[in-house]
Amino acid sequence: MEASKVIHAIYTDDDVLMAAVKKVSSAHHHIEEIFTPFPVHGLDKAMGLAPTRIAITSFLYGCVGLAVSIWMMNYIMIEDWPQDIGGKPSFSFIENMPAFVPIMFELTVFFAAHLMVITFYLRSRLWPFKKAENPDPRTTDDHFLMEISVNNNEKELTDLLRETGAVEINLINKAH
Amino acid sequence: MYTISGKLRTVAFVLMILGLIGVVYGFMTSHKSLDDVKEMLAAEHAGHGEDAVDTKAHVVAGVEDHSDNAHEANAIGALEDPASANIEHVGTDAHVNDEHAEHVQHLIANRPWSAIYVAALFFFTIALGALAFYAIQYAAQAGWSPLLLRVMEGITAYMLPGGLIVLAIAILSGTIGHYNIFIWMDPEVVKEDLLIRNKSSYLNIGWFAIRGLIFLTGWFLYRHFARKFSIAQDEANDNKNFKKTFRISAGFLVFFLYTESIVSWDWIMSVDPHWFSTLFGWYVLAGMMVSAITVIAMVTIYLKSIGHLPLVNDSHLHDLAKFMFGFSIFWAYLWFSQFMLIWYSNIPEEVTYFVTRFEDYQFLFLGMVVLNFVFPLLILMNSDFKRLPWFIMMAGIVILVGHYIDVFNMIMPATVGDQWYIGIPEISSMLLLGGVFLLVVFTALTKAPLMAKRNPFIKESEHFHY
Repeated sequence: MEASKVIHAIYTDDDVLMAAVKKVSSAHHHIEEIFTPFPVHGLDKAMGLAPTRIAITSFLYGCVGLAVSIWMMNYIMIEDWPQDIGGKPSFSFIENMPAFVPIMFELTVFFAAHLMVITFYLRSRLWPFKKAENPDPRTTDDHFLMEISVNNNEKELTDLLRETGAVEINLINKAH
Repeated sequence: MYTISGKLRTVAFVLMILGLIGVVYGFMTSHKSLDDVKEMLAAEHAGHGEDAVDTKAHVVAGVEDHSDNAHEANAIGALEDPASANIEHVGTDAHVNDEHAEHVQHLIANRPWSAIYVAALFFFTIALGALAFYAIQYAAQAGWSPLLLRVMEGITAYMLPGGLIVLAIAILSGTIGHYNIFIWMDPEVVKEDLLIRNKSSYLNIGWFAIRGLIFLTGWFLYRHFARKFSIAQDEANDNKNFKKTFRISAGFLVFFLYTESIVSWDWIMSVDPHWFSTLFGWYVLAGMMVSAITVIAMVTIYLKSIGHLPLVNDSHLHDLAKFMFGFSIFWAYLWFSQFMLIWYSNIPEEVTYFVTRFEDYQFLFLGMVVLNFVFPLLILMNSDFKRLPWFIMMAGIVILVGHYIDVFNMIMPATVGDQWYIGIPEISSMLLLGGVFLLVVFTALTKAPLMAKRNPFIKESEHFHY
C-alpha cells in the first residue's frame, strides 16, 4: 500500500487550537484527527463533527430493561407460581405492580447505563490491552495536535499552519 | 419597563367576573334541603339498581361523622355480623336513611367551599414555589438565572394575597360556614371523636390562624426585603445589596423548609385529621416547585414573545424545561413512595386515604400520574424539544392541569367524597383566582425594569449558553 503523508501541527493552547481549526477548515483542508489532553469545549462544532446518538441508544436500552423486568416478574410472580406471600395480590400483574416498581426502575437504569457504556467502548474501540494510538506522548499532558492529510500541498499547508500559531510542524509518512 | 397590555387586563377582569358569578352560583345551589337530597339519592338508586354493598357502606358512614376511619371501622363491624347489621338496618330504615341523606347533604354543601379552596391553594403554591426557587437562585449564586429574577419576583407578588385568601377560606369555612373543609373545626365532631380530641391542642381554629399568619409574615418579610434589595442593587455602586439578599435567602430557605412542611399539614393534610404521612410536606413541595417553575417558564416565554426579555435565549428556556422535567420526576418519586409504602404495609388506619381515592377518584388519581409523570418524562426528555417555546408551553399546560388535579385529589376526597364533579363551582373558582393571579402578577411585573441591572451575575446570565 502506498504511504500517505500527514502533517502533525502541534499547539500549546486550546484557544489557539480553536482558532486554527476554524482557519484550516475554512481553507477547506481535511482535518483527520485532533488529539487533546482534555475536552475542549466547542471543538466538535468547529470541526463539524456530527452530534452523538449515544443518548438515543441509552433510551432504547432503558426500554429493553423495562421490558425485561416486566416480563421476568410477570412470569415468576404471576404466571409460574402465584403464591400468596404476605397477602399480596398475585392474581394479575397490575394488582401487584407497586411491589415490582423498584425492580422495574433499577433494571431500566441498569440496562440503560451499562449497555450505553459498552456501546461507547465498542464505538470508540476501547478495550483492555488495546494498543494506544498516541502520535505524540505530549498530547496527554499539555500539547494539542492536529493531523491534516497532505495531497501534494505540503508547502501551502505548512505556511497556513505556521500562521495559525503552531509551535511545531512535522511531516509524517504513515505506512499503512 | 413592561406595561400591562389592555387586553391582558381585560382578560383578567373577564375571568374574575365570570368566575365570581360561577362561584356565587355554586354557593347558592349547594344548599339542598334534606328532601331534595333524598329524592336525588332515590333517583340514583333507581338508576344504579343493585349496588347494595356500596350503599350500605355509605349508610353506615352516615351514622357517625364522615371521618374515613369511622367509615372503615363501621364497615368492618357491619361485615363481621351481617345478620344483626341487616336486622338493624331494616328495623331503623327510615332513621338510617335520614342519616345517610344528611351525610350526603353535607358533602354537597362542602363542594363550592372545597372548589374555591383547591383553586386558592393551587395558585398560592405556584407563588410560594416561585419564592423558594427564587431564594435558591440567590443562595446557590446561580449564574444562568439573573435575567429571570424579575419574572420570579413578579410571580411571588401573589404569595401574600394568595396565602391570605387560602387562610381566609379555611377560617371562614369553620366560622361562617358549617365546617365545610376541616371537620376538626366542628366542636360536635371533636366531642365525639377521641382521635381528633387528642390532636385538638394543635388542631384548633385560633392556633391554626396564628400559625398561618406567622408563616405568611415570615415569607412576606423575605419577599419584601429580597425585592427591595434587588431594586436597590440596580442603582448601587457596590454589591452590598446582593450580599444581603444572599444572606436572607439562605436564612429564608431554612425557615421555608420547616414552615412549608407545617403548612402542608395544616392546610392540606388536616382535611383528613385521622390520617398522616411523614413525607407529605415534601410531596406538596415537589408539586409546588414543578408548577412554579412551569409558570416561570410560561411567563418568560410570554414576555419574550412580546419583546420584553430580548436577552433571554433558548438556553435559559432549556434550563427551565430541565427543571420542569426533573421536578416532575421528583414529584412522581414522592407520590409513589408515599403510595407504595402505604399500599405495601396496608395498615387499615393509613390505607383508607388511598382506598377512598381508588374507589371514588380512580380516573383522576391515576390520570394525574400520567399527566404529571409519564407525559413530562417522555415529552421533555429530548434536548432539542426543551428549546422550543411552543413545546414548553404545551408541556406546561399539561403539567399545570396535572397539578391542579393533584391538589384536587388532596382536598376533595375528604370534603365532598363521592359527590365530586368538575363542574361550574370548580371551573369558576379556577377562573376567579386565575384572574386575580394574572392581574397581581402582571401588575407586579410593571413595577420594576424586567432586567436587573447590576446583579453581579447578570453578564454571565446574558451570555449563558448551554
